[in-house]
Amino acid sequence: MILNGDDNGVAPRQMGSLQRRLHLDGVLLGALVLIAGLGLVVLYSAFGANMEAVQRQLTRLAVAFAAMLVVAQLSPQALRRWAPWLYIVGLAMLVAVVFFGVSGGGAQRWLNLGVARFQPSELMKVALPMMLAYFLADGALPPRWRRLGLSVVMIAVPAALIGQQPDLGTAVIVAASGFFVLFLAGLPWRLLIGTAIAAGPAAAVLWFYFMHDYQRQRVLTFLNPERDPLGAGYHIIQSKIAIGSGGVYGKGFLNGTQAQLEFLPERHTDFIFAVLSEEFGLVGVGVLLCLYAVVVARGAFIAARAQDTFSRLLAGSIAMTFFVYVFVNVGMVTGLLPVVGLPLPLVSYGGTFVVTMMIGFGMLMSIHTHRRLWTS
Amino acid sequence: MNARYREREGVALPRWRPAAVLAAFAVIAGVCAYRAVDLQVTHRPFLEGQGSARHLRVVDIPAHRGRISDRNGEPLAISAPVDSVWADPGELLTAPERIPELARMLELDQRELRRYLGERSGRSFVYIKRHVNPDLAQMVAARGFPGVALRREYRRFYPAGEVAAHVLGFTDIDDRGLEGIELAFNDWLSGEPGAKRVVKDRLGRVIEDVEQIRQPRPGRNLTLSLDRRLQYLAYRELKAAVKRHDARAGSVVMLDVRTGEVLAMVNQPAYNPNDRANLRAGRFRNRAVTDVFEPGSTIKPFTLAAAMDHGRFGPKTVIDTGPGVMRVGGNTIKDASNYGRIDMATVLRKSSNVGAAKIALQLDRGALWGQLAAVGFGSPSGTGFPGESGGSLPGKPPSRSIERATLAFGYGIAATPLQLASAYAAIANDGRRVPVTFLREDEPAAGEQVISAEAARAVRRMMEAVVSEQGTAPAARVNGYRVAGKTGTVRKAIAGGYSEDRHAALFAGMAPASDPRLVTVVVVDEPGKEAYYGGQVAAPVFGNIMDGALRLLNVPPDDVVPEDAMLAHSGGGR
Repeated sequence: MILNGDDNGVAPRQMGSLQRRLHLDGVLLGALVLIAGLGLVVLYSAFGANMEAVQRQLTRLAVAFAAMLVVAQLSPQALRRWAPWLYIVGLAMLVAVVFFGVSGGGAQRWLNLGVARFQPSELMKVALPMMLAYFLADGALPPRWRRLGLSVVMIAVPAALIGQQPDLGTAVIVAASGFFVLFLAGLPWRLLIGTAIAAGPAAAVLWFYFMHDYQRQRVLTFLNPERDPLGAGYHIIQSKIAIGSGGVYGKGFLNGTQAQLEFLPERHTDFIFAVLSEEFGLVGVGVLLCLYAVVVARGAFIAARAQDTFSRLLAGSIAMTFFVYVFVNVGMVTGLLPVVGLPLPLVSYGGTFVVTMMIGFGMLMSIHTHRRLWTS
Repeated sequence: MNARYREREGVALPRWRPAAVLAAFAVIAGVCAYRAVDLQVTHRPFLEGQGSARHLRVVDIPAHRGRISDRNGEPLAISAPVDSVWADPGELLTAPERIPELARMLELDQRELRRYLGERSGRSFVYIKRHVNPDLAQMVAARGFPGVALRREYRRFYPAGEVAAHVLGFTDIDDRGLEGIELAFNDWLSGEPGAKRVVKDRLGRVIEDVEQIRQPRPGRNLTLSLDRRLQYLAYRELKAAVKRHDARAGSVVMLDVRTGEVLAMVNQPAYNPNDRANLRAGRFRNRAVTDVFEPGSTIKPFTLAAAMDHGRFGPKTVIDTGPGVMRVGGNTIKDASNYGRIDMATVLRKSSNVGAAKIALQLDRGALWGQLAAVGFGSPSGTGFPGESGGSLPGKPPSRSIERATLAFGYGIAATPLQLASAYAAIANDGRRVPVTFLREDEPAAGEQVISAEAARAVRRMMEAVVSEQGTAPAARVNGYRVAGKTGTVRKAIAGGYSEDRHAALFAGMAPASDPRLVTVVVVDEPGKEAYYGGQVAAPVFGNIMDGALRLLNVPPDDVVPEDAMLAHSGGGR
């Protein structure tokens, strides 16, 4: 007999009854709340001790946590049923952006829905891993060539549409979320290794025959920011200075000169990690990274304990994508990766991506708390 | 089923893959952590230095320029604090929608401003508007335009305006002296900016003063010899005369006889130093110091002084000027009419060219030349005033008779009004010549005897006759004071000779004649055709100025008229 794991069933683990009733995961929720709290503290400083901005962000976080709570109530089966429809709607909207999109900041990313502007690439961050998990879990594993090919197309089309907006950061995230599903489902190692080996010569060909001069300049600037200290390199130089001058214990709350004196660009969005580093030093960085590690580990644990292939693929993808999010942002701010423009999850100022991310965590909680009981 | 896949709780997935991913993540996290340590521990000193270099700046503390005041401490040039609005064009252009508002506040054309900023978008500092009223500047700063900031500067203000403009000169917008006293004493007046270390944000706004490195040294004050009241008097009278006679230009110089101090110096046309926007540079010239003219008859007192000092002439010596015309070499020298046999005093009173020429020709060859050189003709007065002219005097005593003869009545020589005034001051000061100066002298320089005291007094007495009813300049008289002076009506030198209809009207004189305190020279350049004689045009200006000046300075009258004497007597008897 199979029962849905609600409060009538016996939980595989004893959890608090309120948590059970609300389908929440305590560890995950705790880590997320701590990160968001730390984020608000840093934001307060990044905005030059402005309480109003913090309140606005608090409102957004409340909306995001509410969205998580709602999604957690849905059963994984419902998520699975909705997956193809969400994907199709998302894809259609991405195509619509190309033709009817609203521009802003040099990119065409939004659809005007009359009441508000909507960014379809955010929907795709959720819809693509769901769709792939649905598609791959439906057939035999590991996937055969035909299904592999279809999966690659399913990833490549939305990623390409997002990349041309242009929104390189989101395209990377969307592609990564799809890739993780495919990888966990059993992407052949030889294909992976073969692609990696082919990438080197392909890059060389790209460099010498297909790239424009300005694109080469960008790559060179990434490799050596000091080449262009007033232009593209400015962000990264200022950011490294801010991080480095924090030292082990930091300069103290509200005392970071680079951030407070506005030398640090994008300090409340993409580069907020540098504010944290300058004011709270290596210690603060350590605390934040550990909290992120808890979230990723908990996600991986939930994936490992998931009871069906769809849930497991989806949970694994969400946890890993979250890791990529953090890594790309921290790598960018510390100068390890090129500046692609991704926010630091739950810390950076902004609304939409927090909501999307919390919807993902809602799915993780749904997967973990709607457990079927095996009775024999 | 593939052996590598294990069925667990109904899930069939590759077993090692999650582990591989987690291992990869662990490595990546390790790299991030290493990077953090690398930046925050290993490279910290370097990056910290770089950080300080970006927010610590050494900036100038502006020092204001010294004040210029007149001899009584009245301000003539002061520095008022103002703010200049500047911007980082790139930063400001990121918010183009704010530019119209900024342009409106500063009364600039917004399209012009946008173009100006666009052309300079690569720079990080451009002035938007300089020397803005501090209240407005504060309002601009409060509006928080991106990339816009203020800079404290000082603006020079001249309370006396046109009245002292030529003497004072002016400064440029960066507070450097460009003309006049401002230029001559620039080093003295200029302050030395101090320096301080400050914390600045990226937009250049000073957030915090860290330390003062060097105290600013304000410029030193300067007290001039000018008397603002006399300056105003001279300005008013000269301006009226130049207007009345439709003259091209004019100058007045007044000296203190004993100290050589310039008490007043004005020129026409003048300009307002506080608003020089649309003026041509010609107006800025201090003609009294830079422009020369032939002094004409005003030289004759020196001719007489030279004649007496060389022994053969006295006030009563008779010279035959008949028939009013004389030929020297191939040239003719003329008087206005035939004065016949007249004494030296009459030569002066009637301004006889023939008489002066005859006297000069009877002197030793170098006597007159030496006299003129000794009273300062042909060399700069030594005030150091920018653009000062030394006039011209032949480099050695002239040998040709005609040159010696014309020198006696002031042709073939050129001088500035200041030089003429300085030379007259030597006569006024019993023959002692004191160097002229624009600064107040508390201890006047020792003079040099250039004319014998007897000759100086004698010439002065003769010059008193000039302002008598029978002389050429009764209009120069001053009620209550004895005046000594000499007129000059000079035909202006033009290419190839002398003009028939362009003149300069001159009067140079002193008062009170018994013990002169003031010397004043009046030059009116190119008065209209109806009246152009020195006695008609320049003498009344002299009279009015001296009348006011002697009373302002409380100089005791030396020519008390009988009615006054009787009033004083009856008043005493009451």
